[in-house]
This record gives sequence, structure tokens and C-alpha cells, in this order.
Amino acid sequence: MNDMNVSIKTRRKQMGASKVILLLVLAYLFIPVLVTVLFSFATQWHHTLLPEGLTLDTYRSLFTDITVLRALGRSTVLCAGTTLLALGVIVPMEFVVLTFFPRLEKLLQSLLMLTYAVPGIILAIGLIRTYSSTGIPMLIIVVGVYVILLLPIIYQAVKNSLLTIKAPELVHSATLLGSSPLQAFLKVILPCIAPGVLVAALLSFSILFGEFTLINMLVGGKFKTLQMILYETTNKDAHAASALTSAYFLMMGLLTLFLIKRSNATTRKGERG
Amino acid sequence: MNNKNKMLIYTLPFLFFLLLFLFVPLISMIISSIKNAGGAFTLENYAEIFGNFFYIQSFINSIGISLLSSLVGAAAGAFVSHAMHSMSSSASQKILVCTNLTANFAGVPLAFSFIVLLGNSGILILLSEKLGIHLGESFNLYSWSGICLTYVYFQIPLAVMLIFPLYNAISESWLESATLLGAHKAQFWRRVGIPTLLPGILGTTSILFANSMGAYVTAYTLTGSAYNLLAVRIGSLISGDIFARPELGSALGVCLGAILVGTVLLNQMLMRRLQKDVQI
Repeated sequence: MNDMNVSIKTRRKQMGASKVILLLVLAYLFIPVLVTVLFSFATQWHHTLLPEGLTLDTYRSLFTDITVLRALGRSTVLCAGTTLLALGVIVPMEFVVLTFFPRLEKLLQSLLMLTYAVPGIILAIGLIRTYSSTGIPMLIIVVGVYVILLLPIIYQAVKNSLLTIKAPELVHSATLLGSSPLQAFLKVILPCIAPGVLVAALLSFSILFGEFTLINMLVGGKFKTLQMILYETTNKDAHAASALTSAYFLMMGLLTLFLIKRSNATTRKGERG
Repeated sequence: MNNKNKMLIYTLPFLFFLLLFLFVPLISMIISSIKNAGGAFTLENYAEIFGNFFYIQSFINSIGISLLSSLVGAAAGAFVSHAMHSMSSSASQKILVCTNLTANFAGVPLAFSFIVLLGNSGILILLSEKLGIHLGESFNLYSWSGICLTYVYFQIPLAVMLIFPLYNAISESWLESATLLGAHKAQFWRRVGIPTLLPGILGTTSILFANSMGAYVTAYTLTGSAYNLLAVRIGSLISGDIFARPELGSALGVCLGAILVGTVLLNQMLMRRLQKDVQI
């Protein structure tokens, strides 16, 4: 007993070093965010520890700026639409492979590895070389490549859900009872994996919302997303850019918090079942 | 059986996207890399890359920054996970939420925040002038040191996300058994803890390395195409209106792709090793 107390005490002492590092890392991660948020409320901030005055004017002009609102609209439509398309393409494929052709899964895994080795900048080269002179609108090409970009995220989230509900056995039972595999997918599997699909959807949306490389290189100024407006504003107006960055961080933060809550809820449900 | 094969129809849309938006572009990049501007097959693009110090320098810079940011990121991730491991699970969950929140902060918003903080007229730079420290003389955000600082930033949340779960492999009972057998805590970590975690941490480092090699937006927002990184060079070679040389950009893209495939294979090897160790 005494020994244990000693060991707990020394353990606490040794943890000290990594706790200090933890605090430093958290400071490093949050100071840029906090300073940007503070800057967005500042009237002026030069040569002083804290802003000289606070104002909401930056936000007021930001949220009444039609170019910003239009860009927000474009980003939302593009990201939500592409997310739905990607789910529609990837989820059925994954269901078929995992349920009926599990041996193909290895192939799929290698494919996922390949997508890790192909960052946006490489995809951009190939897509420009392939499609820029075909007359197909580059926005369509961006939507197409976004589906590929989302493959690892959606695949992983949906795979976990399919494994949890033991999809092959459910489908087997459903077909024994006389339903077709398609019916089994639509009426049994899909409702069961809906929470996992929702998590995948939100994660996908937030990834696309932050995407800049492909949309900027392939489409550029013809379809300005929020990221592009932010990029332009950083060179023009630091106050407006900091307000935009803060609003972006807040929005993504809320999405992340919701996501964490959802995925915690689904795992807990899974444990109970 | 017939029913089963019919289900393959539902994989067709995916195969369509895969072909059109992954395989065709990759192949067309590879073909373009062995052509000259006139369309004839040649290896001169590769000869130019490896004969021109400007391009070699972009490799050196990219690999250097990626090595540094992935090692620092993984080390920070390991220490943070270590500290979280010793806390109550609700406290460590809260920290995980914090690092997840900052994971959204990459690319343009990240670069901009650091400009506000440490740019030419950044808050900390001006403040240090006033205090007489003159931080601006020794630190330049738009150079190697600044790019490293921003790259390490976006590596840390990913590192924590990947390394923290590894600690689940080390159960409390191992430490207890080791202590009962007379091992000190330091001995336990040196002989058992670190060897168990190491493959996973190295695997994470390789993912971080790949993440940084392919990163483009943060450096582009900070320096335009002024700082010589591989991804930035590719960007300016394929999209610059005046200096566009897509064939050369393709060849650089193939080189970057080869480095990344190597990194991913290394990661696979380490992960297999990890799985084997943990099963034992």
C-alpha cells in the first residue's frame, strides 16, 4: 500500500515534464486563434498589449457585404451538394463490396493508400492536363475530384457502421425472408447505418469547406468560394480578414463539437447494443 | 449467386468517378512528364529538374521542412498523449476536443493568423519592438523559420489524433507487473513502453511527413510562390500564366508522387509491425 502511494507520487512528479509540454502546445495552438479573434474586434491595435478600442463594425460590414454572402452561399451549395453525391456514390459501393465481395476489400484498401499519396496539388496537374481543353466546365471536374478526395473519410466512417451492425448477416436474414438485396440495403441497412453516414457527411462537408488548392487552381476567380474571398482579403484588409477567419473558426468549431457529440453517442449506443 | 453479381451494378458509379478523376489524371500527368512542349517523347524534363539547382533546392527545402515538422509534430503529439494518458478520461477527452478544434485551422486561415501574430507588422513583432527585443530582426515569418512554425502547427492536431489511441495498447497492468518485478518507471518506459509505441509513432511521423510534403496552401498564402517548396513550384509551373510549363510541372509532380508512395509504403510496413507486436 505504502509502495503504491510512493509510486503514484513519483508518477505525478514525472508527469510534470509532459504536462508542461501539453500546456505549451495548447498555448501554441490557441494563441493565434485568440489573437485573431481579438483583432477582429479591435478598432486599432499597434504597439500596445491589448487593442486600443473594441468595435463590432468589422462584423457588421462583413455580414452585409454581398460578395462575402454570395461566396458563403456558393461554398455551402458546392460542399453540401458534393457531399451528397459522394455519399450516393461511395456508400452503395462499399455496402456491395463489404457484404458480397469481402475479398475485394484488400484492393479497396490499396486504393485508399493511393489516395493518401496523391495530394490536391498532384491531382490538380493531372486534371488540368486532362480536362482544361475539353470544354467541360472545370467546376464539374472539381465536383468529381472532390468525390475521390472524400473516399477515405466516408469509407472509414461507413465501414465502422457496417461492421457494428453486422451487415452481411442482416442482409442474409432479409433475403431468406424474401426481400431482394437492394430492398435489404434500402430498408434495413441504410436506416441502421444512418448515424454513421451523418458523421461522414458532416466530416466531408467540413473538409470540402476548407479546401482551397483544387478549386483555386482549376476554377479560380470564376467561382469564388469563402476560402478564396478569405485569401483575397488577407492581402487587402487585415481587420475584415480576421473577422472572416474568426467566423470561419466558429462555424467549423461548432460543426466539430456537434460531430464529436454525435460520434460519442453512436459509439456508446454501439457498446450497449 | 446471380443476385449477388447483379449487385455489382451499384459499384459502377464509383468506378466511373475513380477512372475519370483519379486514374486518368494520374496517367495523363505521367505521360505529360515525358513529353516536351511540342508533344514529342523525351526525358528532358527530368534532366532539367535534376540538372537545375533551383529545382533540387525545392526538393531539399520540402524534405527538410517536412522532416522537421513531422518529427517535432510527432514528438509534441507523443508528449501531449503521454500527459493526457495520465489524466482522468474526461480531462483527456476535453483536451482531445481542443486539439480537434484547431485541426480545422489549416491553409489560408492558419497562415493569416500567423501574419496577424508574427507578420511584418504582427502584434508580437510590434510589441517586441516596443520592449526593445526586436524579434523582427531574428525572425521572419515569410522564410524557413516562419514556414516551419506554421507547418508544425497543422501537424500537431493530427499527431495527437493518431498517437493518443496508441496509448491504449499499454495497459496499466503491464506497468504494475513491471513494478512488482522491481523495475523502475524509467526502466519500464525504456524497455516496454517506448518499444511498444515506437512503430506507431514512426508510422504517424510518416503520415505527417506525407501531409507536409503535399501541403501547398499555407506556404502559398504566406509567400506566394516566393519560397521554394516542391508543391509551390508545381503550382506555379502549372497555373502561372506567363511561366506555365505544365510538362515540367508534371515531372515534378511525378517525383513528389514517388516520394509520397515511398512514404506510404514505409507507413504500411510500420503498421504491420505494430499490429504484430500488439497481438503478442
